[in-house]
Amino acid sequence: MRILIVEDDTDAATYIAKALGEAGHVVDMAANGEDALEIASESHEVLIVDRMMPKLDGIQLVEQLRSDGVVTPVLFLSALGKVDDRVEGLRAGGDDYLVKPFAMAELIARVEALGRRKGTPEAQTKLVCGDLEMDLITRDVRRGDSKIDLQPREFKLLEYLMRNATRVVTRTMLLENVWGYHFDPQTNVIDVHISRLRGKIDKDFDKPLLETVRGAGYRLNAAD
Amino acid sequence: MALGYAVLLIISVSVLFGLLYWNTAVFVAEQTEETIEVEISGLAEHYQKAGLVGLSEVIQERSRGQRLSLYLLTDPNRRPLAGNLNSWPTASMPGDWIDFEYQRPIGSRIVEHRAHARHFVLPGGYNLLVGYDVQDQVRLERRMRGSMIWIGALALFLGLGGGLLMARHWLRRIDNVNKTAREIMDGDMSRRVELSGSDDELDRLARNLNAMLDRIEALMAGLRQVTDNIAHDLRSPLNRLRSRLEVTMMEDPDKGVYRTALVDTMREADELLKTFNALLLIGEAESGLDWSKLESVDLSTQTNDVAELYEPAAEDAGIKLRAEITPDILVRGNPNLISQAIVNLLDNALKYTPSGERVLISVGIDSAGDAYFEIADSGPGIPESEHENVLNRFVRLEGSRSTVGSGLGLSLVAAVAKLHQARLMLKDNKPGLAVRMSFPRLMSA
Repeated sequence: MRILIVEDDTDAATYIAKALGEAGHVVDMAANGEDALEIASESHEVLIVDRMMPKLDGIQLVEQLRSDGVVTPVLFLSALGKVDDRVEGLRAGGDDYLVKPFAMAELIARVEALGRRKGTPEAQTKLVCGDLEMDLITRDVRRGDSKIDLQPREFKLLEYLMRNATRVVTRTMLLENVWGYHFDPQTNVIDVHISRLRGKIDKDFDKPLLETVRGAGYRLNAAD
Repeated sequence: MALGYAVLLIISVSVLFGLLYWNTAVFVAEQTEETIEVEISGLAEHYQKAGLVGLSEVIQERSRGQRLSLYLLTDPNRRPLAGNLNSWPTASMPGDWIDFEYQRPIGSRIVEHRAHARHFVLPGGYNLLVGYDVQDQVRLERRMRGSMIWIGALALFLGLGGGLLMARHWLRRIDNVNKTAREIMDGDMSRRVELSGSDDELDRLARNLNAMLDRIEALMAGLRQVTDNIAHDLRSPLNRLRSRLEVTMMEDPDKGVYRTALVDTMREADELLKTFNALLLIGEAESGLDWSKLESVDLSTQTNDVAELYEPAAEDAGIKLRAEITPDILVRGNPNLISQAIVNLLDNALKYTPSGERVLISVGIDSAGDAYFEIADSGPGIPESEHENVLNRFVRLEGSRSTVGSGLGLSLVAAVAKLHQARLMLKDNKPGLAVRMSFPRLMSA
């Protein structure tokens, strides 16, 4: 993916660029909102925008881009982490919001999830990942020939994993998107939910689909 | 202000005095006319008994001496026949009341006096004038008018002076408020506006200002407490982190040692960030008391969601997590913070409950009509005598924390309770501990 980082802290931007580069992405950098308006182009698949910058700040930049008709997904980076700040960022046209400081694995996972979003129509009624199928209307889940019974929350969890299939999904992303919580519990409750889900979709099959990615989160693989 | 006060005073004095003057003048004039009427009826009696001659004699009789009554009897041509007036004073019609000046001898002098009289016509065209000297009344009126000017002047003077004094009094009190405000701006937050003790509007204003200042001071103290705690909670681990790096660099350069040190440092940094985030959240709950920003929160759903989130983890730990939730209980709050408080308490309960035991999470309405959620475990519990201390530790963000988990988590719970004007209570669950947070209930709209 080609990614544009808009961040006035050039040291921080360089680290992010390096981490994304390691993950196989191409990165451009802009040091403020005004530069970003010039640099941003159709070829960027994701914009990473710092909220607080001199000249044009992150919110203004994204509002400007959106009113210019640019629909590229935006990930806000911010030192402001209150619920209100997050809401403000998303309302301005941001697609995700990551509070500083963050782990690089978290940033990469979110950027990749955003890049994917573009190609996945929301209106899809059937999700498929290898031999795993999910019908969003009848709420039927099957793997191969066997029907799988899921609790409502397990269904939501699997739906999120399937929408982001083959990408790393962090525990925080799951908490935010499946449970709607913007904080981390001390106990790692997500792991237990994942292992339950695993018990249902992987246990009786040769090829496990749900993989744990050390130091990052989980990934649902399309078994080939 | 002084001028307004003076004008008001002058107007009221004038109205008061004008009324007094008018009433007095009317009263005296009525008295005079009554006296004249009495004279007339007396004379009429004589006329009926003794005719014109008798009347003339009586008039002559009464005209002697220095009486204030005035008489004049004339023939049809108004030539004087009897009485103490020399001539008919002024043109008049029969039955008229008339006012005139006449020459009155007082001792050896002749003085001009004012009189009030009535004109009668007797059979045969004879004219009779009966009157009364009203010079005293004139003098009274004149004196009253004179007094009025003096009193007006005095009222003007007192009004202006008193107004000025009063304005100065109020200005001094307002200046007192200003002085306090300046002192506070100069950094002495403990200053308060002095009350005069009169309980008037200005006193009430001062009291409200003082109450507001108390509130601000409390918030500032809370904020200071938070920063102190941040400093304490971050300084020690930061120091540990720095020491580790320093000591590692003293050792021989070795890739394996460096790597281990870096991994440890990163883990430590993660813990630090967790602490930092928790502290910021507590700070937000402690000082960001914007009651108006709170929304209607379904406590039942929030609690149910948390219970559902933790149920598998509890089961894995061999603990039976049961939820008894009365549906549709609404409170006013911040859903994210309420969820986090429930999560922290449940986290704590699961941590201290041994395998094989139970944890009950419930939502309901208590006997006082407040909405509550409660988390009751059957773990070791806390002795009743320690409840107060533990609650205080909750509230005071006690610094002596060795592990990041519990201490900060519970402090956050206390801060969330405070933000929501909720009460936090500990109960002996026999065995175990029950923690309950009760909120003022929000009736569904």
